[in-house]
Amino acid sequence: MSLLNLDGVGVRFGTHTALDSVDLELDEHRTVCVLGPSGSGKSTLLRVIAGLQKADAGRVLLDGRDLSGVPAHRRGFGLMFQDHQLFPQRDVAGNVAFGLRVRGTGRAEAEHTVAGLLELVGLPGAQRRNIASLSGGEQQRVALARALAPQPRVLMLDEPLGRLDRRLRERLVVELRELFGRLGTTVLAVTHDQGEAFALADRVVVMRDGRIAQTGTPMEVWQRPASAFVARFLGFDNVVPATVAGAVADTVWGKVPVPGGTPAGPCRLLIRPAGVRPVPVHGGLPCAVTARTFRGDRVVLRLRPHDGPPLEASCAPGDAPEPGAEVGVVFAAGEVVRLPDEDTGRLTGA
Amino acid sequence: MNASPARDGRRPQRPRPSRGRELALRLGLTAVPAAFFTVFFALPVAAIVARGTRADGQWHTGHLAGVLGDHDVQQVLWFTGWQAAASTALTLAVGLPGAYVFARFDFPGRNLLRAVVTVPFVLPTVVAGSAFLALLGRGGLLDDLWGVRLDTTVWAILLAHVFFNLAVVIRTVGGLWAQLDPQQEEAARMLGAGRLRAWRTVTLPALAPAVAAAGLMVFLFTFTSFGVVQILGGPRYSTLEVEIYRQTAQLLDLRTAAVLTLLQFAAVAALLAVHARTVRRRESSLTLVDAARTARRPEGPAQWALLWAVLTVVLLLVLLPLGVLVERSLTGPDGYGLDHYRALMSPAGSGATFLVAPVEAVGNSLAYAAVATGVALLVGGLAATALARAPVGRGPGSRMLRGFDALLMLPLGTSAVTVGFGFLITLDEPPLDLRDSWLLVPLAQALVGVPFVVRTVLPVLRAVDDRLRQAAAVLGASPLRAWREVDLPMVRRAVLVAAGFAFAVSLGEFGATVFIARPEAPTLPVAVARLLGRAGELNYGQAMALSTVLMLVCAASLLLLERLRTDRSGEF
Repeated sequence: MSLLNLDGVGVRFGTHTALDSVDLELDEHRTVCVLGPSGSGKSTLLRVIAGLQKADAGRVLLDGRDLSGVPAHRRGFGLMFQDHQLFPQRDVAGNVAFGLRVRGTGRAEAEHTVAGLLELVGLPGAQRRNIASLSGGEQQRVALARALAPQPRVLMLDEPLGRLDRRLRERLVVELRELFGRLGTTVLAVTHDQGEAFALADRVVVMRDGRIAQTGTPMEVWQRPASAFVARFLGFDNVVPATVAGAVADTVWGKVPVPGGTPAGPCRLLIRPAGVRPVPVHGGLPCAVTARTFRGDRVVLRLRPHDGPPLEASCAPGDAPEPGAEVGVVFAAGEVVRLPDEDTGRLTGA
Repeated sequence: MNASPARDGRRPQRPRPSRGRELALRLGLTAVPAAFFTVFFALPVAAIVARGTRADGQWHTGHLAGVLGDHDVQQVLWFTGWQAAASTALTLAVGLPGAYVFARFDFPGRNLLRAVVTVPFVLPTVVAGSAFLALLGRGGLLDDLWGVRLDTTVWAILLAHVFFNLAVVIRTVGGLWAQLDPQQEEAARMLGAGRLRAWRTVTLPALAPAVAAAGLMVFLFTFTSFGVVQILGGPRYSTLEVEIYRQTAQLLDLRTAAVLTLLQFAAVAALLAVHARTVRRRESSLTLVDAARTARRPEGPAQWALLWAVLTVVLLLVLLPLGVLVERSLTGPDGYGLDHYRALMSPAGSGATFLVAPVEAVGNSLAYAAVATGVALLVGGLAATALARAPVGRGPGSRMLRGFDALLMLPLGTSAVTVGFGFLITLDEPPLDLRDSWLLVPLAQALVGVPFVVRTVLPVLRAVDDRLRQAAAVLGASPLRAWREVDLPMVRRAVLVAAGFAFAVSLGEFGATVFIARPEAPTLPVAVARLLGRAGELNYGQAMALSTVLMLVCAASLLLLERLRTDRSGEF
């Protein structure tokens, strides 16, 4: 049995279904990231678990015990809000010690814990600082220390790094992952940023319209998106209807080789940009190069074939053709993934 | 203010208790304020009106036409309306540049000066009247210097009204102005709009609702003006409120008074309805920034000239009358001295005007005002809590609560004289016989304190982000604990500010108190009015001395209030 289980949880706001029979498992000492676009219901999911939102259906179980009827303040979970929600009228120490005070922890012990936590999040000696004087990154650290202080059974993070600039975000992701590993914290985070989710999580849960679209390790989800929706959400745009017969698939882009063992029949096909290779113009599918984006270690090309949707290709900076050039395109079977034909968004892969 | 909508574009909803429980809670919260207003406002006013329009079990509506057709009444009505309009226009003309200067310019003494401008607003009308009498009236400063007297002209009334209400404009409009993001205007200028055009197209529309709201409040206050007109108006000028007093207390013509009360009631209700609309429009989304960051030092001769012009007007208009008041109170027959203050110490010194030493009025006033403040905080606090829980929607429930909100404002515009007299005739028999109770005075004073409490506390209560309470909850705080740890510290300042307002307003309440204060226990404003009503140098000097005392008491509570000022207390 996992530490936390969600069993068919559903939430409706009027006619809008925010969560639709969601099942989820969270093991102790693991970090799970819920990934999804705006409005996919991921924040509602956190609020249901925290006890801030009543579920209209289903159960939330902690150690197998049903939590319905247990109010938020008795659940022993931590929640870090996306805009932190630090108490403006208290200083840093007053914020971090809040959860300890309401539990009746002694003053000396609380002070000791606060000092230790501030050290841990990289703000040693910040106890007496005013909340308004903190930068965004510092506020984020204080919010984290405040959530960690009462040693919650599950720490939930709502868009933990959403408001910070990119450099700070990349650094904090690494720090958080290291910290959670060291403390053995059980973490459930939600984010719309796939980079953040993949960097932070042991397992990723992709959500769409209040349902779970896919669960798996970051590697599994990245390599084998379960649906065209997941593929597109991860930034893959080369998705077309196809019919597989043997080792090739018939698409609007011509014959595309598929990995061995791909089941035959109609489906959708994802071709990752790395599997789209530009060759001399008569060597493959003829395309015009419409744009070229430099990404440091590689170059992303936008290609327009004579027929069908545009293609994205990724290649080494050295051999990238100029915009306006005419090229041929061949596909590498290793980067081709079969997706289910009907994209219901309901399939749980992996 | 940093609006932070959830990324999903919806604000997370508060986990509400069941509909029934929520409704019961809200009804429970409104029960005390509703009962208070029924017994101490609706009943007395209704009783007065009924006494004037009913006789022998019959309604006498014919009298209505008679009163309305009366030439004198039409004169009063006309004067009430146009002096209010002129006062409002004049206040806006002085106040808007003032609001700009206080909002956008950073200069030494800015905070002190803003406090000084607010002093008149909480001053008792009687003091304002006396101060302008000391400046413009018989034996006043201008009379001494140039032989100019304005106390029988309408100018004295208009100037006193500006003196009084300048703070309403400067605080309401200036408070918002300081929070408007200057970058909005800069964006317009980058798009090619000139300075003036940028102001007209960007800033003015954002300010317009606040200007309208402030203007309406000033109009309301001057429309129902009593103390100022009573003292400065002489026999020639009379507002509805003064006329109601005259008909009730001097001519004992209750029928005419009842019609006039109804007339004023209708006018005020209409004004409040318009006010409620503008306030709701004002809640539209604006980009607001921290007020502390938008002000900068004036640049160039034009801005310095504007700053100095505004400061000069403020000094002349606000400080001069108060200064003259103090000076007159110290002027005795043999030069400067404390003679008048000494005379206040004994009943004999005041001739036969008082049964007790006038100085005892200080103690009476403080005690009454303290009780009134307590009552106003209780009633207003409960009402504000109920209103803050109101759903923002358009359902019948929320419309009812908005109606309740408007109802709470009514005492501000209703004739205080009517309320006071109504107290006397309704609360004099069982089950509620308060005729001989000292409680009558603070209850009447609390009635005008409640709107201030609601207006000050409600915006702060509404601004407490529900997610802060949730943050407390997930950290283990029970709902009660979360209220104590999150709501209370944030509202505490607003409650103290509200208490200061209620206290000052109670101290200065005159129209109702003059009816119900017992002769042996006058309040300060009543004592001042009595002294002014008597002829003679000595009485005049003592009136000035007592007004000075009243001013100092008010200023002290205001200074306390200014130290606690919150940025969100700007609705008045």
